Amino acid sequence: MNPSNNSLRSPLGRVRGLGSAKEGTHHWWAQRVTAVALIPLTIWFVYSLLGLAGGDLAAFTGWLSSPINATLMTLVVAVGFHHAQLGLQVVFEDYVVGHATRIAINMIVKFLCYGLGALSIVSILIVAFGR
Amino acid sequence: MVEMFLPKNSEVQKGKAHAAPAGAKNVRRFQVYRYDPDKGDNPRIDTYDVDMDTCGPMVLDALLKIKDEMDQTLTLRRSCREGICGSCAMNIDGRNTLACLKPIDECNGDVKVYPLPHMDVIKDLVPDLTHVYAQYASIEPWMKSDTPAPPNAERRQSPDERAKLDGLWECILCFCCSTSCPSYWWNGDKYLGPAILLQASRWINDSRDEATGERLDNLEDPFRLYRCHTIMNCTQTCPKGLNPAKAIADIKSKMVERQG
Repeated sequence: MNPSNNSLRSPLGRVRGLGSAKEGTHHWWAQRVTAVALIPLTIWFVYSLLGLAGGDLAAFTGWLSSPINATLMTLVVAVGFHHAQLGLQVVFEDYVVGHATRIAINMIVKFLCYGLGALSIVSILIVAFGR
Repeated sequence: MVEMFLPKNSEVQKGKAHAAPAGAKNVRRFQVYRYDPDKGDNPRIDTYDVDMDTCGPMVLDALLKIKDEMDQTLTLRRSCREGICGSCAMNIDGRNTLACLKPIDECNGDVKVYPLPHMDVIKDLVPDLTHVYAQYASIEPWMKSDTPAPPNAERRQSPDERAKLDGLWECILCFCCSTSCPSYWWNGDKYLGPAILLQASRWINDSRDEATGERLDNLEDPFRLYRCHTIMNCTQTCPKGLNPAKAIADIKSKMVERQG
């Protein structure tokens, strides 16, 4: 755990390092807010899917054409992917050693989460507006 | 990125066996971690068969009996032998605790004694605490106040204000909690760990201190504070029955509170 390099910097100097990031609460709080929002959204989503079980394509498209359902579905996807990105970032910060690798991985995670989120939302809108 | 192999000298080997004195009837076996980084050998587990009829009740009693009567090369820290100095913190029977407060009777089977986990070992049961002490210094654990103290009087505090320090001031800095925390194991270079954050909380909650905001600024960091994922090992292992996880949660809630 202790930095086992040959630096002669004092232990306190190493601990102080570059100073505090003056950031972190926003990320932590956003994770909590999205988690709370996902509780009712997930219940609604599962409940809706159970109601549609066994339905044909028309049943699904008809359901998604309703403004309420399309709005809630957009929220499920947007909040869900945002929450996933925040959580994955913490996991990679925990376990990936090395600043450059960590930055690269978290950039890929962000591109994937927000890309997939945007794709999902556009798909919802296409169905909702009935191409 | 990921380390696929253990560093040199990681594998713990079987060590020497020390038999109980002839005629001992009530014998308990101790398995003790031995390592001397200066020698270049791997760590080993030595076994000591201790005569319990002539031994005190606590694990520290047995370790001192081993050092006095069986093997003088065993190295450990100890001082007060009553749970107030924090020197004899080690991993006993799979859990971090103070050897002086841990009854031998409460251990299952052979008594396994290791140093605090994931710290550099100086020798045997003595971990290198240089880094945690530097982390302690980094939170500036002293009263900071621009208002001068009243002449010929102490800085006053109401009983309610004083009560906010209960559960914090009792910490003896044994570091059982920090060294039980997986998050501290992985990121201890930057994460301050439960012991230091509980101490930070002790000053943040002191009504006489005038640097509360500055102290929070210093902790506003994804690694220094927010590596705590409420794993709760700290609270479970604290030999003084304190709750570092709650102290950390209190710091986080103050961070949110000051944002409006």
